[in-house]
Amino acid sequence: MSADKEVRYWLEGTELLETPQPDQDLEPWTETRVVGQRRPRVDAYERVSGTARYPSDVVLPGMLYGAILRCPHSHARVRSVDISAATGMPGVHAVLSGFSEPDRALRAHRSLLREQLFNPVCRHEGEVVAAAAADTPYRARDALRAIRVDYEELEFVSDERDALEPGAPPVHEGGNRVGDPQVYERGDLARGFEEADVVLEEEYRTECQLHTPLEPHGCVAEWEGDRLTLWESTQGVYPVRQQVAQALGMRQSRVRVLGEYMGGGFGSKLGAGKYTILAALLAKVTARPVKLFLTREETFLAVGNRPPANMRLRAGAKRDGTLTALEFVATATGGAYPAGGTSALDYLVRNLYLCPNVRTETADLYINAGPARAMRAPGHPQCSWALEQMVDALAEAVGMDPVEFRLRNVPEVSQAGRGRPYTTTGLAECLGRGAEAFGWAEARARAEEGTADPTVRRGVGMAGGMWAAGGGGPPSTVIIKLFSDGAVSLNMGASDIGTGTKTVMAMVAAEELWVDPGEIQIEHADTATTHFASASGGSKTVPTESPAVRAAAVLVKQQLLEMAARQLDVDAATLDLREGRVVSTSGPPREVAVSELTELRRRGFVEGIGFRGPNPRDKEVHPFVAQFCEVEVDLSTGEVEILRFLGAHDSGRVLNRTTYDNQVFGGMTMGIGFGSTEKRVLDRGQSGLLLSRGWHDYRIPTAMDVPANMSTVPVDPGDAEANTTGAKGIGEPATIPTAAAVANAVYHATGVRITETPITPARLVEALAGRERGV
Amino acid sequence: MPASNPDDPRGARGVSRRGFLSSMGVGAVSVALPAPLTAGPLAGADLIEAGDLTPVALNVNERVYRVLVEPRWSLLYTLREELGLTAAKEGCGRGECGACTVLMDGVPRYSCLTLATEAEGSSVTTLEGIMEGEELGPTQQAFAEEDAFQCGYCTPGQIVAAEGLLRVNPHPSPEEIRAGMSGNLCRCGAYAHIFRAVERAAAVGAGRGGAS
Repeated sequence: MSADKEVRYWLEGTELLETPQPDQDLEPWTETRVVGQRRPRVDAYERVSGTARYPSDVVLPGMLYGAILRCPHSHARVRSVDISAATGMPGVHAVLSGFSEPDRALRAHRSLLREQLFNPVCRHEGEVVAAAAADTPYRARDALRAIRVDYEELEFVSDERDALEPGAPPVHEGGNRVGDPQVYERGDLARGFEEADVVLEEEYRTECQLHTPLEPHGCVAEWEGDRLTLWESTQGVYPVRQQVAQALGMRQSRVRVLGEYMGGGFGSKLGAGKYTILAALLAKVTARPVKLFLTREETFLAVGNRPPANMRLRAGAKRDGTLTALEFVATATGGAYPAGGTSALDYLVRNLYLCPNVRTETADLYINAGPARAMRAPGHPQCSWALEQMVDALAEAVGMDPVEFRLRNVPEVSQAGRGRPYTTTGLAECLGRGAEAFGWAEARARAEEGTADPTVRRGVGMAGGMWAAGGGGPPSTVIIKLFSDGAVSLNMGASDIGTGTKTVMAMVAAEELWVDPGEIQIEHADTATTHFASASGGSKTVPTESPAVRAAAVLVKQQLLEMAARQLDVDAATLDLREGRVVSTSGPPREVAVSELTELRRRGFVEGIGFRGPNPRDKEVHPFVAQFCEVEVDLSTGEVEILRFLGAHDSGRVLNRTTYDNQVFGGMTMGIGFGSTEKRVLDRGQSGLLLSRGWHDYRIPTAMDVPANMSTVPVDPGDAEANTTGAKGIGEPATIPTAAAVANAVYHATGVRITETPITPARLVEALAGRERGV
Repeated sequence: MPASNPDDPRGARGVSRRGFLSSMGVGAVSVALPAPLTAGPLAGADLIEAGDLTPVALNVNERVYRVLVEPRWSLLYTLREELGLTAAKEGCGRGECGACTVLMDGVPRYSCLTLATEAEGSSVTTLEGIMEGEELGPTQQAFAEEDAFQCGYCTPGQIVAAEGLLRVNPHPSPEEIRAGMSGNLCRCGAYAHIFRAVERAAAVGAGRGGAS
């Protein structure tokens, strides 16, 4: 489980060989019948009827329940663990720790248990100390309570702003720097600031955000001899298989991972966890299936977060709105281990707006807190919070409209990508068409007129953005079969993490094969029966898988046309599919139903194996975005009501408008939480322990916090170069600019800049009061 | 984020978060643990060993299940792991998220904060119970048509909460929908579609005893 590997998944892909290039040359669709429509999901029935079986729903005969004992201190060394009382308890089948001799079944894993799973040095609250399996989860927790652990408490540092102070306790030998600060430079920064008519400088901070998917992390593990089956709540069954096989010293073919349904991940379920390995070992030692799902509190401690970031941004612009210089210095922390605390943190400064002179410096630090995991556009919402507020301030300083200012600085090439051009860049269109659809100018003027209630102010705000990945790419293999009655099945390894992957892929197949997408049987996310796929993350699933689906469908279609050509004794090039029939498109009218194809009936089925071809050389593929919102602020209470949100997105071709909208609204909702309510609180300087231990203390948006009025403006410049479906990712770009747009709207309403997330009523009231006092 | 309005109609409905919490029962039962982990049972309470099972008769989806439970087992655990009714989900196990929402005598209730023994004598309806055989009920149909979910894990609780809302308030206003659904978290952020789904369900007469 290499953390370094995990956090860069969206840039580097996997180490596996890429799939072969398809030997087809598919033209972009000119018009579509199915693709781009609003369609309900092909698995809507399963998801609303309760018949969708999530990993946590799996109940097997004889199944036990696993539970994990975690370190209650911020930093400690385990001196000893006494499991003797726990092992004898009725209903308890196994107790594991690093201080007891492993049972014969686990002896091969002695060093895994002692050095990795139960390492005696606990660098954050929630590190794994012991585990148990029992008849019920209640008895498993009884067993945990009976385990006696002797801890030597160590000094800790729980805030990265304290981590480099003299005397700060080192989280690792060698200090609290994960590595040397990362520096990026282009142009001449000093000259850029000299050329500027306006130079502004500001410090920003974003708090640590937790993923908190509704289904906790965990799995059910079952052995049959030397074969292990795992039902894991994951975004990628293949990465889990690879990691489990590696950890347990098994061949990948001996591990089967299933994850057809899963209850959300947002980047925190891209691979296996210690819980996965522990479930497998508990199942092995008890010879019983084991269900091990974390408690909600455990998920807040130990399975990832978006790192907090401290950012100083200095920016220069000319009177005409031209950006001349950007200097970005930031610290962040991925917690107690190398986990990408500063991953992609400076990307937007480097690349979003045209600017010849840029310097960024980011430093990743250790603290005694749970490690980060990739979270929905790593680094980007943090950077957006700083950059988009700064750009707004620059626009005001030079007396320009914020949209107009941004339009002045739209790059035509990727500046961070060594000047390579984009396949398409819809940033200008997102800004322009978004502003028009939102009624930006009118809403801005209206807000400035004020409201009838003098304690209530209105404001509008917007922010632009892009995502460092989102183009997808190989490897991907998809198999489509068409049976003698015309029925179609689609086989792919990818997970549908709630984004609508299955539905979109069925629509792509249906576009080529003239079948009802709802009737396509889909097999997916099972390493034993479906094809290799990388994890669903990085907003790359649709642009990765959909071209492979299209390739497979076209191969099936070609075989049908050739069969019909032989049967009808015509040239296959004169034939096409129409609603379950092969029909002639030129020459004398001939046709035959697919189900009447003699060769197909003899063979029983045809299949097409589709591969994902490479991305264009020497060009960059990225999604772009601009979001707009209107807020109402109560000056007496500091409460912000978000009245409406609009997202204008260039994510290439929209394959299903319904699930596309849903993704954008979901991204905005998560962004509203990031900007308005969410903050992991550690007891800085006191105990270092987590204080926001559940959803009552760590508030994600509820139905009361988001506007019903959310809308999308798809901007599709026709990305024919990106891939054969023209689609780019949407899930991550949808959350990148949201919080900054809210902050800009709050500023517009009140004249107060809130530079630290979240914009709580208390913080806003304090800032308003400070302004009145002239502080 | 407006403050909750004290005149808000949801107060009477028992579907707000506070309503759930105040309806949570506390049984006078403690579970024996090896000394010195507990200070001993509460005065006057019976001491029950872990593993001691109590018979209960649960009326779930208009069927009676006679089951043996530990008194500390939640209704959610009993439904999912003992009865095999896995639609209700565990998101937090402590009354924060609503993924476990069921109807008890028609009122939405967090089954993770309800002991199985407490549910005896009540009529419990889970998502499975608002199906009409294999057919979706109208509230479920509305959620499917409006794409009112993403990962779908919170969805059984959302639909049951909506069903409970519509049973007492067949024509909720947008603000009443918002309040009625506020005890159910959706991290995928499908609220905008959930609001539309509840409106659609209301429009077809969901909650008034089956399909329109």
